[in-house]
Amino acid sequence: MADFTLKLRRYDPDSGEAAYWQDFDVDMPPERSVLDGILKARADEDGSIAIRCSCRAAICGSCGVRVNGQSVLACNTKLSDAVRGSKQDGAIVVEPMGNMPVIKDLIVDMDAVHWKKVHRVVPWLLPEGEPPEREYIVDAEAMIDVTQSMACIQCGVCVSACLSMEVDPEFIGPAALAKAYRFVGDPRDAHTEERLNDLAEDEHGMYDCTHCFACIEVCPKDVAPMNQIMRLRRLATADYGIKDSNNGYGHEKAFVDIIRRWGTLHEAQLLPRSFGQGSLVQSQVQPAALKQLIDSAPTAARGLKSGKVSPWKVLFHKKLADQDQVRRIYDEIEGKDDRLELNLYIVGESEDDEGEDEEEGTE
Amino acid sequence: MRVAYWPGCVSRGFTPELHGSTAKVAPLLDIELVELERANCCGAGVVAEHNQELVDTLNARTFAMAQQVEGAGMMNICSTCQGAQSECQQRLDADGAYREHINSHLEPEGLRYEKGGEWENKNLFWLLVEDIGLDALKEKVKRPLTGLRVAPFYGCYVVRPTSRLGYDRYPDRDRYLDWIIDAVGAEPVAYAGSHKCCGFPIITMNKTTSLRQAGRHLADAIDAGADCLVTPCPLCHLNLDMQQPDASKFVERELGVPVLHFPQLLGLALGLEPKELGMGKHVVKTTEVDAKIRELAAA
Ligand code: SF4
Ligand code: SF4
Ligand code: FES
Repeated sequence: MADFTLKLRRYDPDSGEAAYWQDFDVDMPPERSVLDGILKARADEDGSIAIRCSCRAAICGSCGVRVNGQSVLACNTKLSDAVRGSKQDGAIVVEPMGNMPVIKDLIVDMDAVHWKKVHRVVPWLLPEGEPPEREYIVDAEAMIDVTQSMACIQCGVCVSACLSMEVDPEFIGPAALAKAYRFVGDPRDAHTEERLNDLAEDEHGMYDCTHCFACIEVCPKDVAPMNQIMRLRRLATADYGIKDSNNGYGHEKAFVDIIRRWGTLHEAQLLPRSFGQGSLVQSQVQPAALKQLIDSAPTAARGLKSGKVSPWKVLFHKKLADQDQVRRIYDEIEGKDDRLELNLYIVGESEDDEGEDEEEGTE
Repeated sequence: MRVAYWPGCVSRGFTPELHGSTAKVAPLLDIELVELERANCCGAGVVAEHNQELVDTLNARTFAMAQQVEGAGMMNICSTCQGAQSECQQRLDADGAYREHINSHLEPEGLRYEKGGEWENKNLFWLLVEDIGLDALKEKVKRPLTGLRVAPFYGCYVVRPTSRLGYDRYPDRDRYLDWIIDAVGAEPVAYAGSHKCCGFPIITMNKTTSLRQAGRHLADAIDAGADCLVTPCPLCHLNLDMQQPDASKFVERELGVPVLHFPQLLGLALGLEPKELGMGKHVVKTTEVDAKIRELAAA
């Protein structure tokens, strides 16, 4: 047994009082969870502490909170680990999840944010034709790709941690976009392109993700929402050529083409090409692209003025010495019909070297 | 110490002062830089989004070139390179058959990436703590930066996901900047945004979201009393420095806080002058930092 101090953020809207911190000392074995600690404090000291929970085993997804600022499942976080992560002299700081309004104490309004966004992406199968007499049969192989997104328990922990959502509450967000991929990648769904179009047209859709890895880091089920978002983008751009409203298509195309041509990034060309759907010419002739280019002119001017960017650098960019090798690699890989993807969630880290770690299954 | 040095594209492009200051600082730390001049862009997450096999091959190519530099690990000075390359390395190391397949694309060039025991690719600030050591650094400090309040900006790519960034072996990698600031005699400033996203990856896609992020972190650092920020990533630097005048509009307040590249901070402590370190090339003038440095020199 050991003594732990839980510093809980308390808030009761009916009281008319502002939120405040309250400390509870609990004496418990260190391998027990933060949730166990909170429930003990509630049972022994203050029955009014509000927190959602049910399974206590990281299955139901109801006990999302922030512990020492990190979004986690309370039932999935050991007291001993929480103490180690403390930034306040060993006190375990527990707050409600972020990016969602607080209802009471540690309970947030999941309906107002998380579920609303999940509904936004039409989270059910839209097959075509007469329904079969029994279930829709699908090849097990064909579903492997979406198993990772299917592992989601809808806990909202990634929503709580999302750094884009923190500044843009309208962003569809990690959990809902992972759910979107679950149906986009499902071979039985007949509306793949419409789904992708919908997410590409929304300015707060899949191109509003800033690639911060917060959702990957915190997800208790290894759903890696950001990776699902990247899959959505990859399909939209490479397979459907969808031109979105955020220049996502143009940015990707510009970047990839620039590396093909020069081997390293020619930054001065990235911006205009991104605005022009990947093309330098389009950026000059399309009114929308031209406007964005003009909007970014002050930045360019600052670059020139500070001496960071010389006119020479804007116009010329040296090719790599072995650029033909880079181009050959591009041709070899892009010339194939299939894209090869190694998803470690699915294949695992198959340890294959010199027969070490034999107990780990071979792939 | 000898390292296979990958400066990245941006440090030779829009933030030339980063590459320049690294070249000045390395010899003072006894780091011999063997620059990978034939290596290609890391893909910055964008090529990965486009085609995973392509980005894994491009970075395996860089690793293979680095492994040809004898008796040396690889060093980068860009968190984005670190993140993008570590992602590829994780896949390459995880699966032998996949690694062989990727290597087959490198064969015509006579290159090959070997999964290798101790071979690592590290950002300069990790290398400094893990391979040079803070005590050795302290001994080399010529001008302790006493009184300078520095807010570390870690960003994302050296912080998350911990599972592939070596945190099992080095659990404090997301605290080193604080330690180093302290070791060079300055004062680390704690603030809300130190481990958040600078917003750069979506600057062309959603400028509002992007610059609200940058603006908020800058504002938080200012409110916490920082004289300057320091970052190990040139892309963070672009959003925090070059875009700072615009970011100020998106958060509707004055900003105006200088942002140093990590090697510049080291350089100042090792006795170099702001100008030699390219600090004159920043968009937000470093005047106040320069003045403090002069006072320190005079004292
Ligand atoms: S990677 Fe994207 S979706 Fe995930 S937390 Fe960051 S901004 Fe949000
Ligand atoms: S993706 Fe992960 S963190 Fe997000 S709701 Fe699903 S299980 Fe929770
Ligand atoms: S109580 Fe069910 S996930 Fe924590």
